[in-house]
Amino acid sequence: MKFSIYRYNPDTDAKPRMQDYQLDIEAGDMMLLDALLLLKEQDESLSFRRSCREGVCGSDAMNINGFNGLACITPLSSLKQPIALRPLPGLPVVRDLIVDMEQFYRQYRSIKPFLINDEPAPEIERLQSPEDRAELDGLYECILCACCSTSCPSFWWNPDKFVGPAGLLQAYRFIADSRDKATRERLDDLEDPYRLFRCHGIMNCVAACPKELNPTEAIGRIKDLLVRRTV
Amino acid sequence: MVKRTVVGAGYGLRDWLMQRVTAVVMALYSLLFVFLLLTRPPEGYAEWRGLFAPEWMKLASLLFALSLMLHAWVGVRDILMDYVRPAGLRLALQSAAILALVAYAAWAVQILWSL
Repeated sequence: MKFSIYRYNPDTDAKPRMQDYQLDIEAGDMMLLDALLLLKEQDESLSFRRSCREGVCGSDAMNINGFNGLACITPLSSLKQPIALRPLPGLPVVRDLIVDMEQFYRQYRSIKPFLINDEPAPEIERLQSPEDRAELDGLYECILCACCSTSCPSFWWNPDKFVGPAGLLQAYRFIADSRDKATRERLDDLEDPYRLFRCHGIMNCVAACPKELNPTEAIGRIKDLLVRRTV
Repeated sequence: MVKRTVVGAGYGLRDWLMQRVTAVVMALYSLLFVFLLLTRPPEGYAEWRGLFAPEWMKLASLLFALSLMLHAWVGVRDILMDYVRPAGLRLALQSAAILALVAYAAWAVQILWSL
């Protein structure tokens, strides 16, 4: 099985290169991450992040044959050879397949990803009706792997100003939460030519999301709320 | 001067909405125009002139032209915001785009009402 993997160590390499690897294995029901772990036995210097190995932690997001995805839930048998692995596009490379996610997290932090509610806290917990809880389906499942934001050209061009699909999905997750009381402030913050309206609806984020979430729809709902409070 | 990333201009919704409304106007006018061409195919200069002779046709065409200008403004501004990094150059190009579109709109009026 043939691999072509992006290698770059900023401390020693003048520029990145693609390195070929070979593994004598049958794809079977192996996932790409399993193959990467075998490759790391061959070449200890090969660097990548991984943790839960079952698509929950989001740390092994990478660009696989041109598409962003999680190595741990991508079946080897679904990939055309040579399998080209690159770091997530648009973010600074720390080493090989490891990128610096700071810009991504900064945008996530900027939408205040926590419940804002200054009403007195009840005895036990803030209850939600099953209908209100259902509003969060398709939003809370996001694992912040950055597959979507790093496949978005608007995020490539303006990562410092555009919140990006992951951040906007989370922004809507808190707007949609019946326990959150800061809808007005959240909408004020997003009504901005850069923070929200850099999204041109090309839906790369929807195609990339390994959890099959729909950031474009969430962005559409934010715009819908903005329209409804304006007209 | 400090180099700081600044956001929070607090607009964008109106432009985004305007782009959608003007798109509908242009789509409706395009359908009307195709319908007119199919039902009364103009054969020469006189027929083409006749097509634009009624006042309602002039007004509909003007609405189309204005929609096109507003639609183009939002689209061109988006492209400039995405791709042109220096703010000064962006301002200059956006100003040039506005001036050109205003001139085109005036030109459209002149053409329509000189027919």
